[in-house]
Amino acid sequence: MDLHFGDARPSPAERRAIDGALGPPESGWEGGRRRPDRDGHFAQGGLEARSRRHLLLPALHAAQARAGYISEGALAYICRRLTVPPAEAYGVASFYAMFSLTKRAPNVAHVCDDVVCRLKGAEEICGRLEESIGPAGAPGTRARSTWLRSPCLGLCEQAPAALISRAGEHPVDGSMGGATADRVLAALSDPGAVEAAAAVPLPQLGEPGLRLLARVGLVDPESLDDYRVHGGYDALRRAVALGPEGVIREVTDSRLVGRGGAAFPTGRKWDAVAKAPVHPHYLVCNADESEPGTFKDRILMESDPFAVLESMTIAGYATGCERGYIYVRGEYPLAALRLSRAIAAARARGALGEDVLGHGFAFDVELRRGAGAYICGEETALFNSVEGFRGEPRNKPPFPTVAGLFGKPTLVNNVETLVNVPHIILSAGPAFAATGTAGSTGTKLFCVSGHVVRPGLYEVPFGETLAQLLERAGGVPGGRLKAVLLGGAAGSFVTPDEIQAPLTFEGLRAIGASLGSGVVVAFDDTADLEGTVLRIAAFFRDESCGQCVPCRVGTVRQEEALHRLARGKPLGSAAQEANLLDEVGQVMRDASICGLGQTAPTAIASAVKKLGLFSGGRA
Amino acid sequence: MFGAGGGTSSYQEMEETDLIVLWGSNARETHPIFFHHVLKGIRNGAKLFVVDPRRTVSAQWADSWMGLDVGSDIALANAVGREIIAAGLANRTFIERATAGFEAYRAKVETYTLEEGERLTGVPRARIRDLAHDYARADRAQICWTLGITEHHNAVDNVVALINLALLTGHVGRYGSGLNPLRGQNNVQGGGDMGAIPNKYPGFQDIEDEAARAKFERAWGVPLPPKHGWHLSQMFEAMDRGQLRAVYAIGENPCQSEADQHRAVRLMNGLDHLVVQDLFLTKTAQMADVVLPAAAAWCESEGTVTNSERRVQRVRRAIPPPGEAREDVAILCDLARVMGRDWGRPSAEDVWNELRSLSPMHAGMSYARLESNGGLQWPCYDESHPGEKFLHARLWEDPVQGPRAPFSAVDFEAPVDALDEQYPIRLTTGRRLDSYNTGVQTGGYSSPLRRGETLDLSPEDAKSHGLDEGERVRVTSRRGSIMAPVRLDATLRPGLAFMTLHFPDDVATNLLTIDATDPRSGTAEFKATAIRIDRIGELAAAPDSAAP
Repeated sequence: MDLHFGDARPSPAERRAIDGALGPPESGWEGGRRRPDRDGHFAQGGLEARSRRHLLLPALHAAQARAGYISEGALAYICRRLTVPPAEAYGVASFYAMFSLTKRAPNVAHVCDDVVCRLKGAEEICGRLEESIGPAGAPGTRARSTWLRSPCLGLCEQAPAALISRAGEHPVDGSMGGATADRVLAALSDPGAVEAAAAVPLPQLGEPGLRLLARVGLVDPESLDDYRVHGGYDALRRAVALGPEGVIREVTDSRLVGRGGAAFPTGRKWDAVAKAPVHPHYLVCNADESEPGTFKDRILMESDPFAVLESMTIAGYATGCERGYIYVRGEYPLAALRLSRAIAAARARGALGEDVLGHGFAFDVELRRGAGAYICGEETALFNSVEGFRGEPRNKPPFPTVAGLFGKPTLVNNVETLVNVPHIILSAGPAFAATGTAGSTGTKLFCVSGHVVRPGLYEVPFGETLAQLLERAGGVPGGRLKAVLLGGAAGSFVTPDEIQAPLTFEGLRAIGASLGSGVVVAFDDTADLEGTVLRIAAFFRDESCGQCVPCRVGTVRQEEALHRLARGKPLGSAAQEANLLDEVGQVMRDASICGLGQTAPTAIASAVKKLGLFSGGRA
Repeated sequence: MFGAGGGTSSYQEMEETDLIVLWGSNARETHPIFFHHVLKGIRNGAKLFVVDPRRTVSAQWADSWMGLDVGSDIALANAVGREIIAAGLANRTFIERATAGFEAYRAKVETYTLEEGERLTGVPRARIRDLAHDYARADRAQICWTLGITEHHNAVDNVVALINLALLTGHVGRYGSGLNPLRGQNNVQGGGDMGAIPNKYPGFQDIEDEAARAKFERAWGVPLPPKHGWHLSQMFEAMDRGQLRAVYAIGENPCQSEADQHRAVRLMNGLDHLVVQDLFLTKTAQMADVVLPAAAAWCESEGTVTNSERRVQRVRRAIPPPGEAREDVAILCDLARVMGRDWGRPSAEDVWNELRSLSPMHAGMSYARLESNGGLQWPCYDESHPGEKFLHARLWEDPVQGPRAPFSAVDFEAPVDALDEQYPIRLTTGRRLDSYNTGVQTGGYSSPLRRGETLDLSPEDAKSHGLDEGERVRVTSRRGSIMAPVRLDATLRPGLAFMTLHFPDDVATNLLTIDATDPRSGTAEFKATAIRIDRIGELAAAPDSAAP
């Protein structure tokens, strides 16, 4: 892999931005000013230079944020700095939806047209933008602004949503809830307006008995002191008193299982990493919350970021990790901002660093931002992304506990899973397990959105039924419930007949559904459900990384079949087409290497089978 | 080294060592197969140092590239050695048990401080220190070199300066540690092993050793010359003196591969008789009185080759040679018959078995064993011997078997062709990935990488001469003058220029080079020529390839 960087050069502004991410170049060989007397006799490189490959995404972010796209010169300069072949870096940059490799207007509105937002008028916004600016991607006024369609932005409780990005010397990304075409257009012409944080509806604010949401909305997310006033870092102190093995014992006794969707016993994972003979161990907090309809981790990170850091610190302490990464999806600018400030504050106060709060162990956290790739929520794809590669999943085994990030034993947990840990430590594992049911202990966060009176994030003890949860959210306003999408795009539809099912792992398994990431999207009888299903099919087709055939081809075939059915023009009979869908789905489930392909047919199959969609004439 | 001319280590050891020094070698381009083993080593965590005036593609893989001034290798090696001693990192146990001459070496390198090293080589002192400390501290370490070391007027001194470093640290005779000259062709090693050198019989048995000579005289039934013969450069000197009147050149194109080409052609032209045996009608063959068309060794002949890790491998005939071309063995035997000696019509295996009977280090290598083992590494003394992965394990035996390995105290000497105001630029020569030496084997094939001969210059030199990419210039040394287009190459520093020898018909680079030759190795100083560059506009129109 010899390096040929070509002749393209970055603009001075791009160079400054990239140097901001990577530090200044040390020699002419790295793309700095050529000093023949020094550079002519020595160059550094090799392992040390290549080991900086993990800075590829941060550098690409810097270039994108400065110019609004990644120019050939910027890419070449990044490659020179990191000794990455340009073709390879191009492959990485083009993998992520938020990066553009062709010139693009600096002000961009990413308008969510996904499952929930399309219930709340996203298409009307898109239509208006098309009239005002032109088709998606077209450069608008004086080529300063443009708009793009986006998959779920994780603001479903405030739908419809948009993300406004302004590239330049002081780049700003801002989320916009309750978006209207006028607000989007105003933000594009005056990007300063997007900096104001959106007001998050907190339906349970102040409710007693909350665990994960106890501080949310009450604590100042930018103050370590305020976090401590609200009980912060008590759990860490207790954890150190228990010792690493004691912590793992409590977590095991709590019977906590992962909240990211796979429901793996957390204690077992921690134990495996703690005992892994290879070192160093790494901790990864998966905050790439991209499942359409999900926004729980976003609210935790935005409103209680120190809790995330304390939880990671306890996990690192227990499993022997001195370095943790938190990988936040690119569409969450506020969460990233709050976390980075929290990390800086924690470092300044010794809560992260060489000797955490004087407890005699080292732990630090590095924040990494995704760049628009659903697949990076898959843990091994996330590792590749952190390492500076395309976010393509790896084959398992080896499992992350054996060979994960940088090939080392890695503990990977999702945000919600981790923030359970301080409560387990403070109340002891068995006490934690007393809440909920035998198979599902503790509380669970549910992202309730769509056709309900009070959409928002709800924390309920395991065991509540779906009906009770919908009631908490005020029920379906002025209409009849038609269906609920549980678990997001990778989940499944349930019918009004099934809403008495308890929201537990075992309870949902009984009706052939799953909790997934805690998504509850309600649809009333006015909803365009076939359109929603087509959107889900398009989502998977777009987000498939393309690495393995069943998923790459299957997601396309699935979408095509649905469109034919929706048009009433099946290949052969409708029954044959349904059979084809079934078979394609089975192949994806059996033969895809990761969860994306394996779950891509689930919601669609449930829509066809349970809701009777696509059976001729639009439902 | 220490009596046998071969690399001490196996390729596999490159993959399992901790540190590799490529010294005067651009193996990425010139030894691409070997470099794959280096790459595996790098992947396994080995550190790579590349010592080369140019920042070659090999150097781009390195943790540390040390861009020394052309010909200052001994100064660098001695400074590294001095630093190892001064820092207390020398392997005293190994030195005391297995080597000789350490005190003289220590005294010799004493003046080569890091500061002096920097002054003589241009490499920052901190980097020299890094190499010294990393090499000495490594558990396993390899030094590999190529023509950057040997194409100098003091080639042997260059080599022993590197060997000294291995003796100083004990990085020889152990698995993973060694000293390796990389061979430029699949069978350069084999050529020497088989006695195609002027001072040894097959298996590195010295011609001037009475017992060895008696053995070969007995086997061949003829008296043999009792003195070392001439190596190639000495042959040209003998031509000059009128002592050498006839040449039989087998697979060699000296008219274009020798330094100072004007002189080489003149001397070859003055021969009474020239016979050339080759695959192609080379420039040398075109001058010959008789041309004997030869079969291609790699596909039209039976036999063996020996690679840089001393592995003897079978070569099989895949297709018959075209036209009148014949295998070298058949041609030689017919010649012998015409000269009155009937050697019969031996097969390649017959010849090999005779070799095995005379060269103890090859004795155990039957064709059957070579076949079943996928080749064997010499020495291989009998048919139960598995061959040696690495050489000189004896240096670690207690007590050491055989003679001690000697340090050689050598001094830095600047290249013969000195820079001055008239010839201010240092031209060094080398190869590119897509071409081979004078192009005899590669010129017949096209390559997307090939761009023809150019004078590669640093952007700074091009600017100071007012030259643009592609502009043709006159390049003049003290011996000759040629025209070549300029190519800007940022891997060169000001004052350093680069050319290859690949296109002698278009650009006869060797008209420029100097035939200052190491008397012991017979290799000319291709690597260091002093040149001047003139814009053609500034010169009266002159015919190409004119003498200055």
